[in-house]
Amino acid sequence: MQTLQFDAGQFTAKAVDGGFADPVYDAQAVFHALMQANARPGVRETLADRLEPPAPLEAGLAAVALTLCDPDTPVWLSPALRTDAVRAWLAFHAGCPLTDDAGAAAFVLCAQDDTPPAQDTLHAGTQEYPDRAATLVLALPALDGGAALTLTGPGIEQSAAISPVGLPDGFVAARADNRALFPRGVDVVLVSGRDLVALPRTTVVATADGSSSNAEAN
Amino acid sequence: MTVMTGDIATYNFAYLDEQTKRMIRRAILKAIAIPGYQVPFASREMPMPYGWGTGGVQVTASIIGPDDTLKVIDQGADDTTNAVSIRAFFQKVANVAVTTHTRDATIIQTRHRIPEEPLTEGQVLVYQVPIPEPLRFLEPRETETRKMHALEEYGLMHVKLYEDIARHGHIATTYAYPVLVADRYVMDPSPTPKFDNPKMDMSPALQLFGAGREKRIYAIPPYTRVVSLDFEDHPFEIQSFEEPCALCAAEGVYLDEVILDDHGGRMFVCSDTDHCEERLAQGHKGRLAAEDAYAAKEPAQ
Repeated sequence: MQTLQFDAGQFTAKAVDGGFADPVYDAQAVFHALMQANARPGVRETLADRLEPPAPLEAGLAAVALTLCDPDTPVWLSPALRTDAVRAWLAFHAGCPLTDDAGAAAFVLCAQDDTPPAQDTLHAGTQEYPDRAATLVLALPALDGGAALTLTGPGIEQSAAISPVGLPDGFVAARADNRALFPRGVDVVLVSGRDLVALPRTTVVATADGSSSNAEAN
Repeated sequence: MTVMTGDIATYNFAYLDEQTKRMIRRAILKAIAIPGYQVPFASREMPMPYGWGTGGVQVTASIIGPDDTLKVIDQGADDTTNAVSIRAFFQKVANVAVTTHTRDATIIQTRHRIPEEPLTEGQVLVYQVPIPEPLRFLEPRETETRKMHALEEYGLMHVKLYEDIARHGHIATTYAYPVLVADRYVMDPSPTPKFDNPKMDMSPALQLFGAGREKRIYAIPPYTRVVSLDFEDHPFEIQSFEEPCALCAAEGVYLDEVILDDHGGRMFVCSDTDHCEERLAQGHKGRLAAEDAYAAKEPAQ
């Protein structure tokens, strides 16, 4: 694990500004949204506008990072996010170590324009300790307007539908492979602006024509 | 940060520090992602002894917000020591609204009962759990039980239920009755009476379980299959009662036996006090209900 390095010259007021106005209540509100989103996969939660992270770190990614990441959780940033401003901001507000090895990260944050690492390269936990798996947080252009996906599994009464835009190639097949690892597996959170949808490892993702494996979403 | 000025000692909102909450919150999210799996967490010392619900209190403290309304029950009752203490604790350290009415609560912390009134979407039921490992009394080694869960090796549990039948002629387990969650993990529903097991199945509410001494958190997401273990020729059955509640005449609810004298006199009353009081207020009257005495009773606060 490579820990964050930055020199003091880059540590400006910008790194200090823009965090949660009230860290206790704001983090609770974001966690509540994440908990309900994970409990009800496919149901969209909208976060309050309480953060001003430095570009290109998006509000949704920043909210997840500040709510769940701390010195105990190695974080992998996609290339676009590896700017001094983002590193310094996360270092000040979350204090999380950064790693270049996506397979060693507890949280994998991926900006809109970046390609996330393949899901089977991320830490899926072990059969004895499946809770040690990574969480993949994907920023997308929109959570509506893309190809329709059908969700089933725990947390969903019958089935749920989402249609996110800009999922990485092979996402549906990757989720099927991930589902086959259960109880191991990577959990996914999709964020767009201040909206988020969670796809925990239990959720079966299928394209609208009903195929959940070997089919491409995009 | 929230500072309650004027107090000698000031606590962070909901008592726990923020890093502890983050650790517990991460554990809760993983618990939801792996229904029925016990997530280890770094349980803290709480200002109450083990056995008083330290696990449930830590879970509640990590999820509760200023807009939440909390209900706490102990064996179904809102007005027993454990429930009153925990409710007062959160009123003091989180300044949240509390209620005794099931439908008004957003978070219900419970010791060993599920309310009679059906729960709704968005509600969270937090269980206090003494021994989270369903296999613990069959296999004392944590390394072994962990391996058994990893390999989905639950034959021992069926042997235990079978031995019940061989010895008693029926499955004699009446509380902490093991369940299979989402067709994968065998889970201990905490020492709730088996009467409540069917309420866990496909519940619209999120169910979280906290075991403080044993340092485990587990969860059942809403709308998740929860099946009580049984055999084809000895299907799972819940308790049934011969008489209705002596106060509110409710049937099909879980009843507590109350000894009235030393000549064998006894009554059966609702374990869920809120449900019972609401029925009394509606005018239902059991054989031992006093005239207006219970309808006018103040709710526990």
